Amino acid sequence: MKEISCKLLVIGAGPGGYVCAIRAGQLGVDTVIVEAGKPGGTCLNVGCIPSKALIHAAEEFEKVAHMAGGKSPLGISVAAPTLDLTRTVAWKDGIVSRLNSGVAGLLKKAKVKTVQGWATFRDGKTVEVETETGTQVIRAEVVVIATGSAPVELPFLPFGGPVISSTEALALGEVPKKLAVVGGGYIGLELGIAFAKMGAAVTVVEALPRVLAQYDAELTRPVVKRLAELGIEVMAGAKAKGLSTKGDALLVETSDGKNAKLAVDKILVTVGRKPVTEGWDLEQIDLDMAGKFIRIDDQCRSSMRGIFAIGDVTGEPMLAHRAMAQGEMVAEIVAGHKRSWDKRAIPAVCFTDPELLTAGLSPEEAKAVSSEIKIGLFPFAANGRAMTKLGEDGFVRVVARADNHLVLGIQAVGQGVSELSAVFGLALEMGARLEDIAGTIHAHPTQGEGFQEAALKALGHALHI
Amino acid sequence: MGEHIIKLPDVGEGVAEAELVEWHVKVGDLVREDTVLAAVMTDKATVEIPSPVDGEILWLGAEIGDTVAIGSPIVRLKVAGEGNVKPESSPAAETINAEPPAKLATPKPEAAPPSPKAPPKADEAKAKPAPSPASPKATGQVSISGAPRPEGEKPLASPAIRLRAREAGIDLRQVAGSGPASRISHEDIDAFLARGPQVAKTSGLARNDSIEDVKVIGLRRKIAEKMTIAKSRIPHITYVEEIDVTALEDLRAALNKEKRAAKGAERPKLTLLPFLMRAMVKAIADQPNLNALFDDEAGIIHQHGGVHIGIAAQTPSGLVVPVVKHAEARDIWDCGAEVNRLAEAAKSGTATRDELSGSTITITSLGAMGGVATTPVINHPEVAIIGVNKMMVRPVWDGTQFMPRKMMNLSSSFDHRVIDGWDAAVFVQRIKTLLETPALIFVD
Repeated sequence: MKEISCKLLVIGAGPGGYVCAIRAGQLGVDTVIVEAGKPGGTCLNVGCIPSKALIHAAEEFEKVAHMAGGKSPLGISVAAPTLDLTRTVAWKDGIVSRLNSGVAGLLKKAKVKTVQGWATFRDGKTVEVETETGTQVIRAEVVVIATGSAPVELPFLPFGGPVISSTEALALGEVPKKLAVVGGGYIGLELGIAFAKMGAAVTVVEALPRVLAQYDAELTRPVVKRLAELGIEVMAGAKAKGLSTKGDALLVETSDGKNAKLAVDKILVTVGRKPVTEGWDLEQIDLDMAGKFIRIDDQCRSSMRGIFAIGDVTGEPMLAHRAMAQGEMVAEIVAGHKRSWDKRAIPAVCFTDPELLTAGLSPEEAKAVSSEIKIGLFPFAANGRAMTKLGEDGFVRVVARADNHLVLGIQAVGQGVSELSAVFGLALEMGARLEDIAGTIHAHPTQGEGFQEAALKALGHALHI
Repeated sequence: MGEHIIKLPDVGEGVAEAELVEWHVKVGDLVREDTVLAAVMTDKATVEIPSPVDGEILWLGAEIGDTVAIGSPIVRLKVAGEGNVKPESSPAAETINAEPPAKLATPKPEAAPPSPKAPPKADEAKAKPAPSPASPKATGQVSISGAPRPEGEKPLASPAIRLRAREAGIDLRQVAGSGPASRISHEDIDAFLARGPQVAKTSGLARNDSIEDVKVIGLRRKIAEKMTIAKSRIPHITYVEEIDVTALEDLRAALNKEKRAAKGAERPKLTLLPFLMRAMVKAIADQPNLNALFDDEAGIIHQHGGVHIGIAAQTPSGLVVPVVKHAEARDIWDCGAEVNRLAEAAKSGTATRDELSGSTITITSLGAMGGVATTPVINHPEVAIIGVNKMMVRPVWDGTQFMPRKMMNLSSSFDHRVIDGWDAAVFVQRIKTLLETPALIFVD
């Protein structure tokens, strides 16, 4: 049995873990990172990156298919496209692979030792890793748990056969003809829309009265409209019950209580993600929990001295960029810097068509913290650049305090609005008031002008509406 | 309709000016005859100025604290009928209005020539952007003077500022933001650091940086002036001696008991003061140079035959010194009654100017406040002041044992220019002898 000692041990090389390790390495902390799979975690291997690759391919395919229909107002006509999903997936895998080695390279450059294998806790300072070459014992002064999350499985629809999770959905060899998506959250809709664009007949089964229920109805309306255009059927208020005995249909209880049978080739279950807190002997260290998640304080410290936790294992929002910011902060704390979680906003993007973007407080949340608020909404229908991209659906919405005009939240829905997340986040972190945004020159013609106009609208003097 | 000018009347003999200490009216008030318009203060007394006519106040000629010459116009009234200002003399009245010559006090800064800064031109003012509608509200909501933010509200600062604060150990909730919506800037952090960490560490104890300007007027100003003269011109020598007043206290108790029983309420309850006054009269008979006014400019000491004893008394508005005239001609009861009467008059503010002036020597007593010794300030131009300290029972060695005795200190100051230390000591020792054997006070 081999033994090594280090200052910092990071368990899990997802976006939280690898950023933590790289930053610690930069700061001269003797760091080891353990990962059972490939570096990059869910995000890089089976989440953000591959899904965006597939979504992009689907978008391109749908555009061409739309042109082939001869109805493109752009005047372009082409022959009907075909899709070789195997090649698409291979292309996607190439990107993932490049990024895997990129992360591995970054870790190496930061002088972080990577141990491949599955870690289990022996005690709060000692971890055993089952590697290909035997058991590796690692003793560390500080341990960071960054084990991430995994798709939630439904007991009556266990993964396997036609029932797949997002991971399998990103590696299919062909486009399913009929796809049922159980769970109309952002993952289900992102993938459902992508497969619909690639030619699948998609039905979304959502138990709540509407899809994307964590967003307000005004914001999701353009997405719901687009679902209909793409021929995606939404069964709201409906419950998936299980697989038919033949395995070729999904049993559903509809909103009016009737039993329905959906003929399907694949069933994609996207009903949420759960923290990975099993399989690595969490019981050995007996950490305080917050529900299913590891409880942390504003420095990501767990209830045990010397053990930090970051990323999805610590709770919502389960977003890669939150984990990265936590990882960076923890590395600096371990290196002796004074740090604490004081972020104002964690923007969230939903890569549906059109895209959804939120940062800070929604109008409802803002009302709860500030007695009076101002809301400015600017539709892309009045934005020149959006028109030239055939992307008039959607809007930018700014929520601010009525008394001092401090911006509390910013939302957008529309084509390509994900790139506005940078400016939304910056505005909130910098403590912008409506006047700051209104007084910033936004380049013309861009969709970003919608942000300035929304601020002007909230101030009562929008120029282009 | 006419105008009536009220001039500052002669408020006492030999007084050429008086300080205006209070206005009872303001411009626009309607007043009736005998309505009190103002109060002015001379060396010792406060005099109220009534209105001689009915009318409406048009103009007030002085500000509180101004010294006004006797005969200067202080009020203009609009009155029914002709008034006392003839039409042809109205220009004169205007002159008065324009520059009140009555003010002897130094001109106020606002009377200074207009500042060289030209007032902004109208178009410049227009060109200025209108202030954002949010700003006033914002600063009102979250005060830039550092008032704490509402509970749970996060301080508004950019990530760079937050990082700097974190590293400097500053709790941003304690930092006042000078930016829009109280945003905290690097300069605010600099200012916070310059002020030191004590502000951040306060736990319930808030710093108070306020400064209140209190105008020294009226009696306070008189006291200040007198004290300045006394302390700057008179080289004081202070002599403290302890006196055994056990016998005196026994006598005082006996007198109070018997005499009061016999004569009823006519006779005052005797305090220690009348005994001290009578002892002083006796001692002064031996040393008349202590009962004197020293005119140091003329180089003359006026030794008075009459012993006029000022009794320093604390009143709500400050220190006043009513005077018991001719203590040499008053017996112990008379002295006691007069002290009581004057103290009452002084406290109620009804003491006349005459009652508050003319002393030749002064007694000061902090009475029940106690104190082992004081350094009394001589009531200029007198040459001596006797200070009474608190009486208390102390152990005294009588040659064979300690005895509980009622002991009291006298702290007395003398003008060393005209009283030698030896003379001062002789005077105090004489008083000590008289008080310790009080029968001597009553024997000629």
